[in-house]
Amino acid sequence: MKIIFVLIALSLLIALGFLISFIWAVKNGQYEDDYTPSVRMLFEDQPEGESTEV
Amino acid sequence: MQNQSAKMDTLVETKLMLETDLQCYHCGEPCTDHEHVVGDKHFCCQGCQMVYELLSENNLESFYAQRERSSARQDASQTDRYAALEQIEIAEQLLDFREGALCKITLHLPQIHCTACIWLLEKLYKIHPGIHNSQVNFLRKEAYITFDIEQISLRKLAELLASIGYAPDFNLSDLGRKDKPKRDWKLLYQLGVAGFAFGNSMLLSFPEYLGLDHLSESYFRSVFGYINLILALPVVLYSAQDYLKAARANLQSRTLTIDIPITLGILTLFFRSAWEIVSQTGAGYLDSLTGLVFFLLIGKWFQQKTYHQLSFERDYQAYFPIAVRLPGGDTKSVKELTVGDHILIRNGELLPADGLLIRGTANMDYSFVSGEAIPVSKRPGDQLYAGGRQNGEQLEIQINRPIAQSYLTRLWDQDAFRKDKEKQHVLTTNKMGKYFTLTILTIAFLSLFYWLRIDTGMAINVFTAVLIIACPCAIALSVPFTLGNALRILGRSGMYLKNTNVIERLREISCIVFDKTGTLTESRENLGVDYEGTPLSATQKDQLAALCQQSGHPMSKAIAAWAGSASPAMRIEDFEEITGKGIVGRIKQHQFQLGSADFLDVGPLLARQAQVFLRIDGQYFGAFTVHNRYRSSLPQLIEQLGPQYELHLLSGDNDRESQYLSAYFPAQHLHFQQSPNDKLEFIRSLQNQGHKVMMIGDGLNDAGALQQSEVGLVIAENTNNFTPASDAILDAARFADIPGFLEYSRGSNRLVIYAYMLAVIYNIIGLSFAVQGLLSPVIAAILMPLSSITIVAFGVLSSRILAQRKKVMISQS
Repeated sequence: MKIIFVLIALSLLIALGFLISFIWAVKNGQYEDDYTPSVRMLFEDQPEGESTEV
Repeated sequence: MQNQSAKMDTLVETKLMLETDLQCYHCGEPCTDHEHVVGDKHFCCQGCQMVYELLSENNLESFYAQRERSSARQDASQTDRYAALEQIEIAEQLLDFREGALCKITLHLPQIHCTACIWLLEKLYKIHPGIHNSQVNFLRKEAYITFDIEQISLRKLAELLASIGYAPDFNLSDLGRKDKPKRDWKLLYQLGVAGFAFGNSMLLSFPEYLGLDHLSESYFRSVFGYINLILALPVVLYSAQDYLKAARANLQSRTLTIDIPITLGILTLFFRSAWEIVSQTGAGYLDSLTGLVFFLLIGKWFQQKTYHQLSFERDYQAYFPIAVRLPGGDTKSVKELTVGDHILIRNGELLPADGLLIRGTANMDYSFVSGEAIPVSKRPGDQLYAGGRQNGEQLEIQINRPIAQSYLTRLWDQDAFRKDKEKQHVLTTNKMGKYFTLTILTIAFLSLFYWLRIDTGMAINVFTAVLIIACPCAIALSVPFTLGNALRILGRSGMYLKNTNVIERLREISCIVFDKTGTLTESRENLGVDYEGTPLSATQKDQLAALCQQSGHPMSKAIAAWAGSASPAMRIEDFEEITGKGIVGRIKQHQFQLGSADFLDVGPLLARQAQVFLRIDGQYFGAFTVHNRYRSSLPQLIEQLGPQYELHLLSGDNDRESQYLSAYFPAQHLHFQQSPNDKLEFIRSLQNQGHKVMMIGDGLNDAGALQQSEVGLVIAENTNNFTPASDAILDAARFADIPGFLEYSRGSNRLVIYAYMLAVIYNIIGLSFAVQGLLSPVIAAILMPLSSITIVAFGVLSSRILAQRKKVMISQS
C-alpha cells in the first residue's frame, strides 16, 4: 500500500506541470486575443507559387 | 439635325443600359464604362483595379473568394494623407518597439470586417519583402506588424495598407502609446494556482470524506495533511493576497467591506487546520479553504467583462489627428504646436487647437464639440476653435492657444475628471458585508461563552467552526454572477456597460439629461430633406438623383435619397464638385446646378442658412432644406421614461427647435446654447438638489457632463468610431430600448437581494452544525461548494429569465 505515496507524488508532479504550462501560456500572451486564433486555424494552406484562383 | 442627335442619344442610352448591369469586382458598385478591365473582370475605377492587380500579382486572389461582402470603394484622392509619418519623431512615438531596423507597430484598421480580411492582412509579407510578419486581432480591429524600416518606411507601409483597402487610422492618443501599461494577468495566475491546489487537495481529502482514514495506517492521515498544508500555503499567500491586503487597508481606514469576513474566514480556516494537522488531532479543512479562494476568484473573473472593440476611457486626444500641414508643405506633430504657428486645414480635416483664421472661408462643423448642428461660416480675422471640422476650401490658421488650453480641452481640467465615481458608490456587497460580519461575530462570541462553561476545548472548536462555515463566499459571489451575467446579456443586446458597479448605480437614478445633436437626432448620414419650389417631374428627379450620387457629401446623399434611385443608364457629362460650394453636371443636354446660395447667386431674398438651391438650365427651381431627423422612437421613449424620471434637455445648439421639443420636455427643462462647461455645471446643480443623474450624450461637448453625472451613457452610431469617456455605450439602433434596459438593471439589483437571501439560508444550515460542535470537514466540504454552485446557478438563471420577461434579449451575432 505504500506505493500510494509514489503515485501521489507522481500525480502532483504532473499536475504541477500543467500549472506551469498554464502560467507560461498566459505569460506568452495566448490569452490576449481569444477570438482570432479560432478563425486563423481554419485557413487553408496554399502551395507556394501556384495560382490561388478558386 | 436635332432628330438625328436625339436618335443617337437613345441608341447610346440603350447600349449602355444593356451593359451597365456590370458590377465592380472589387467594391460592387456599378461600372459606368469599360475603361477598367482585367481579363473578364470589370472595375469601377482605377483604385479598385489597382487593388485587384496587386493581389493577383502576389497570388492572393483567393481573397475575393473568401470575403463575405464587397470591399469599400477605393478613395484615391488624398495621396499625402500619411505625409506626417515621414518625420522620424512622429514615427518613433507610434512604434511599439524598435531595434536597429526592426520595428513593431500596432495599427488600427477600422475596415477589418470579416475572416477574409484576417487572411489577407496576415499575408502582407507576400506583398512587400520589408514586412516580416503581421498578426490581426479581429475584435480590436488591429494589426501587429513587424517590419524593416529601412526597406519600407512607415509612410509607405500605411500607404500600402490603404491601397489594399485597409487605411490605418491614427489619432493623437497613439503618440506615446508605448508608455501605457500592459494588461495585468495576475488574476489568471492566482486562479491557476488556486485551482491546482483545490483539485489536488480534494483528492487527498477523499479518505477523510469516506471515513477510510481509520482503516489504513495512521500515518496516511498525517502525510496527506502535510501535503494539503503545503498546497494551501501558496493559495493563502498568493491567490488570496488581494483579499488580505484589502482587509488590512479597511482596518486602517476603519471601513467595513466584504473583504473582512472573507479574510477572517480564510485565516481561521488556515490556522485551525494547521493546528489540527500538526497536533494530529484532525484532518483540517484545507480543501474548503482552497475551494473558497478558487470560487471567489472565479467570481472576480466572471465579473470583469471587457469589450475589446470599445473603450470607456477616451479623451479628446483620441479624436484629434497626430499632425498638421504647414504652409510650405511640411508637416508638424500636433504635440509640438505652439502659439504663433501657422497651419493649413483642408476639407474634412480637424482643427486641433484654437486659432485665428488668416486665409480662406471657413465652414466649420462644430457638431461634435459644441452641439451646433449647422456648420458655422467664418471669415479671415474670426476666431476658430479646436475640434471643429472644415467643410470647404483650404484654410490657413494661426494658433493662438496651446492645445491643452483650448476652449474645448480646458474642460478636462475640471475636478470631475479626477474623482472616482466607483469609489464613491457603496457597493451592495459591502453593505451586506457589514451586517454579515457583525452578525457572525455576535453568534461566534455567544457560542463561545455558552460552551466555555461546559468544555473549553469544545468552545474553541465551536468558535472557529462558526467563523469557518459562515461563508461570505455565497455573499461575495452573488453580485459577480448575477450582475456579471446581466452585464453580458445587456452587451449582447447592444448596451455595453463598463462594469457591474454601473448596474448598481443605475438603481438610484432619479433624473435623466439628454443632449440633442447626435443623441436625440440621427447621425449626419441620415438627414431629412424638405423641398420648396417648382415641383420636379419624375425624370427631373431621376436626373437629380444621378447627379447627386456622384458626390460623397452628406447633403448630396440626402437629396439623392429624397429624389429616389436613379436608373443606372444615366450619363452625366462635365460633372464637377466644387468643395464648399456645390455640384454641377449635364444630363441629356440639361445643365444642373446644385449648391449654396452664393454659388448659385440666388440673391439675398431667397438665401437662408442650411439650404441647398437648384437651378436647371439656369432657371431657378427651388431650395432644399436639409435637417437632422429626430429618432423615430423618441415619442415612445419619452412616454415610457416620463413617469419615472425627471427629464431635461441640454443642447449646445440654438433654440430654433424649442417648439418641437416642448412637446416632450417641460419648457423649463429645455436649455440651449450650453457650452461643455455649462453642461457639467448643470449636472452638478441637479446633484446639489439631491438628484442622482444619468447623462445621455454622444460628443466631446458632453464629456464633462458624462463624467460628472452618476452614470454617463454614450449613444454610438458606429462603435468603431470615437466615443468620449463614459460608463456605458449604447448602439444607436437600440435607442428605443433604453427604458427596457433601465428596468432590467433595476430588476437585476433586486435579484441580487434574493441571492443574498439564499446565501443566508445556507449560512443558517451551516451554523446549526457549527454551534453544536458538529462541523466535520466533510460537512464543510459539502456545504461550501454546494452553496457557491447554487448561488452561481441562481445568479445566471434568474438574470436570464428576467431578461426574457423584460424582452431585453435580442441577440446580435
